[in-house]
Amino acid sequence: MGNSPFTPGVVSARLPAEALAENFGDLHAPYTAHEAHVAADRCYFCYDAPCMEACPTTIDIPLFIRQIATGTPEAAAKTIFDQNILGGMCARVCPVEQLCEEVCVREVAEGKPVEIGRLQRYATDTLMAKNAHPFERAAPTGKRIAVVGAGPAGLACAHRLAMKGHSVTVFDARPKAGGLNEYGIASYKTVDDFAQKEVDWLLRIGGIEVQTGRALGEGGLTLDALAADHDAVFLGIGLGGVNALGAEGEETGNVADAVDFIEDLRQARDLATLPVGRDVVVIGGGMTAIDAAVQSKLLGAQNVTLVYRRGRDRMSASEYEQDLAASKGVHIVHHAMPVRVIGNGAVREVEFEYTSDGPNGLEPTGETFRLRADQLLRAIGQRLEGAPDGLTLEGGKIAVSGAGRTSMPNVWAGGDCAAGGDDLTVTAVAEGRDAAEDIHAQLS
Amino acid sequence: MADLTSDFLGIRSPNPFWLASAPPTDKEYNVRRAFEAGWGGVVWKTLGSEGPPIVNVNGPRYGVLYGADRQLLGLNNIELITDRPLEVNLEEMARVKADYPDRALIASIMVPCEEEAWKAILPRVEETGADGIELNFGCPHGMSERGMGSAVGQVPEYIEMVTRWCKKYYSRPVIVKLTPNITDIRKPAAAAKNGGADAVSLINTINSITAVDLDDLAPEPKIDGKGSHGGYCGPAVKPIALSMVSEIARDPETAGLPISGIGGVTTWRDAAEFLVLGAGNVQVCTAAMTYGFKIVEEMISGLSQWMDEKGYASVDEVVGCAVPNVTDWKHLNLNYITKARIDQDLCIKCGRCFAACEDTSHQAIAMNPGRVFEVKDDECVACNLCVNVCPVEDCITMVRLEAGEIDERTGKVVEPDYANWTTHPNNPAATAAE
Ligand SMILES: Cc1cc2nc3c(=O)[nH]c(=O)nc-3n(C[C@H](O)[C@H](O)[C@H](O)COP(=O)(O)OP(=O)(O)OC[C@H]3O[C@@H](n4cnc5c(N)ncnc54)[C@H](O)[C@@H]3O)c2cc1C
Ligand SMILES: Cc1cc2nc3c(=O)[nH]c(=O)nc-3n(C[C@H](O)[C@H](O)[C@H](O)COP(=O)(O)O)c2cc1C
Ligand code: SF4
Repeated sequence: MGNSPFTPGVVSARLPAEALAENFGDLHAPYTAHEAHVAADRCYFCYDAPCMEACPTTIDIPLFIRQIATGTPEAAAKTIFDQNILGGMCARVCPVEQLCEEVCVREVAEGKPVEIGRLQRYATDTLMAKNAHPFERAAPTGKRIAVVGAGPAGLACAHRLAMKGHSVTVFDARPKAGGLNEYGIASYKTVDDFAQKEVDWLLRIGGIEVQTGRALGEGGLTLDALAADHDAVFLGIGLGGVNALGAEGEETGNVADAVDFIEDLRQARDLATLPVGRDVVVIGGGMTAIDAAVQSKLLGAQNVTLVYRRGRDRMSASEYEQDLAASKGVHIVHHAMPVRVIGNGAVREVEFEYTSDGPNGLEPTGETFRLRADQLLRAIGQRLEGAPDGLTLEGGKIAVSGAGRTSMPNVWAGGDCAAGGDDLTVTAVAEGRDAAEDIHAQLS
Repeated sequence: MADLTSDFLGIRSPNPFWLASAPPTDKEYNVRRAFEAGWGGVVWKTLGSEGPPIVNVNGPRYGVLYGADRQLLGLNNIELITDRPLEVNLEEMARVKADYPDRALIASIMVPCEEEAWKAILPRVEETGADGIELNFGCPHGMSERGMGSAVGQVPEYIEMVTRWCKKYYSRPVIVKLTPNITDIRKPAAAAKNGGADAVSLINTINSITAVDLDDLAPEPKIDGKGSHGGYCGPAVKPIALSMVSEIARDPETAGLPISGIGGVTTWRDAAEFLVLGAGNVQVCTAAMTYGFKIVEEMISGLSQWMDEKGYASVDEVVGCAVPNVTDWKHLNLNYITKARIDQDLCIKCGRCFAACEDTSHQAIAMNPGRVFEVKDDECVACNLCVNVCPVEDCITMVRLEAGEIDERTGKVVEPDYANWTTHPNNPAATAAE
């Protein structure tokens, strides 16, 4: 007999291959053409639409939905890509319940928004399935720009610059481009290797050279050298560091960063080779915590508990994400923080203390409890790591003014590594795009 | 990308989408915003004679036919022509045209059926620099009680007479806007042509009562407990307008006369349908009134995508493409025989096809155990009703019988050759094929 959810320890292949395939399939099935028409017909084509305002990239949502309604999803896709070249990924990963769909007048009036995200996916998938790239490069300007980081911010910046006729070189430390689209986003949101397909499609604009395995700060690749060599530099290096729990015994075995766990999962060719605990405890309250918890469960863990130190309303993961976790069988515990990791060589239990959120902030109540755990995943936030010297920081991130201008001349930054804005794919795209426009304006 | 530039009677506009004469084009403020939004041209809200301005009702002007989700399917109105002074309109038109030389600006006019009245207004319109005029012979309510609008449009002789006056006193293109409230649209179109019109535009609105308030027992829109018929427009009138446009496009007497297509244009697709049936451009009113000026963006992107896909390089190549395929019933191929086919995998077993065919058509669908619906080929006349009422797209389709197959309904072999009613043995007036 092979392994099952009841097998003790951290083991692989807890579920049969078919169950894994089913669990990690598309979270939302794509719309059929008919479904898309019916969904599009619900849009009121609002004046000065609130959804458009709520989208960090300001996609003309009423227009693209009308273009779907009138049978031209390709034109709809063009409307989307005009503002957001990663509109395909955003359609899959945006927390729409906190963005466009939250303010849809039909959500406000009926509690049932127009399904903007799924419609966006329908449009972008249709165009991308035709393998058509809807933009052309302007005549070459002769200007050269370095982009560091091939995540959403860097890619959006590079595409916009290339479109304007500039030559772009993208450097990324990792073996593949895509940033967290490739290494972080939950598998069931971006199935069938969509992240790489999207990168390939985006690069068809031309004029962008991607150099992977090139880390800033290593092998002579310094910001000063890049700045000296190029007309402008854009930094989109994301948040490479992970916050520690500060709990006793944290160094024990089978305690890991959720982002690493997810990265392994995203890169695994065969999910059945991935080890996962029987009793998994995840600590954190954001999307990373939810994704790690849900995916542990989907891999076959018997018990998955997500523990967050504050109340439900303070979790940065949306209510929708929390409900998703609950529906997959994740148990969510609020108002508790880890104080001790217990285990001999490998984690066996985690001790928590309850908290209360009072006028003096978060305070331990003195009452403790233990959870059985053979795997503990930390997801209490990422931080900027390895920012080049000489840049002014603000709140631990690269300080920027205007459209991503850093304290150094000719150096811009955007995405998670830059101060301001939510840490979301769509925000990174917006910031990369806007920095590109600013760079272009400055160079012309 | 396809070139959407439109040249209608020598009047150029960046696209073939014009706003029809109506509230959207009532004043400078609107028209400037419409041009900024991307409209190719406007026909200014109809001007009347100099003198005390027209008076409108001060209660509701519109009645509506809704879909279940309050989609606006049809609109009716009892609004009259512009109620602003002629002076003001003319000044504004001149200003706007000067600022937007690349857009079409047409003056719509409705003055009494007297030569003096036309002679008086035309030179003043000419001075504005407007690209042409449109004669409003169409409004079916209010003004028609005063012998104008559709009261003129329903009498071909008047149309011809007034058109002649306009050609005499005005040097630029004259478009005659036709009323659909007439039995044969070809007659007023021919009259316009005979009078020297450069083009016709159609349709204006259709006499209508959209609803009756069953508590007050009065038609909508109600003014103090009474209502009057209004002019109907919007998506619901498109089929009527398309037919009328095609009639003018294919009648030997009027074929070739440029047409500006109006009536229910809401999407690029509607516009394309008007164009292929012979309209040189389209005019839009209700869709703009329902959704705002911005809808033109969808019309532009959709039309150019479709033209690209079909390989049309310019609007001119599109105009009239489908006209040769509009024919008389008697010329339809009676040897074209089809049968309904139900795709059992797509069928959701609602039984609507069965109800429709069993109760109201040819009892050609069998309802088998397990709610399995099957077409009986020996009864199916291929009327298409089951296809039309089926809620699932492509679940029921019409499949053509090949030549040589047996039509089980008639027991006859399907003939390979085209044959129509004119040569059919049952036709007493049949002319034997030679
Ligand atoms: C687990 C997880 C799940 C998430 N889920 C969602 C979601 O569902 N929806 C959503 O909107 N957002 C989600 N996010 C957030 C989202 O992924 C990020 O906000 C977004 O990817 C930020 O884009 P970026 O381009 O700024 O950075 P990243 O995507 O982090 O890309 C940065 C890139 O820079 C490279 N890099 C870093 N340092 C260097 C260096 N020194 N030299 C060269 N290259 C370097 C990295 O290799 C990487 O490719 C999630 C994040 C995580 C961690
Ligand atoms: C409120 C309203 C006022 C109108 N006023 C005029 C007018 O002054 N002159 C005119 O020629 N047509 C007038 N029309 C008719 C429109 O120009 C157009 O012919 C008709 O509405 C059909 O087009 P649609 O289906 O796009 O609305 C009016 C229509 C509406 C709804
Ligand atoms: S649209 Fe409404 S607010 Fe505007 S004039 Fe008409 S009735 Fe008044």
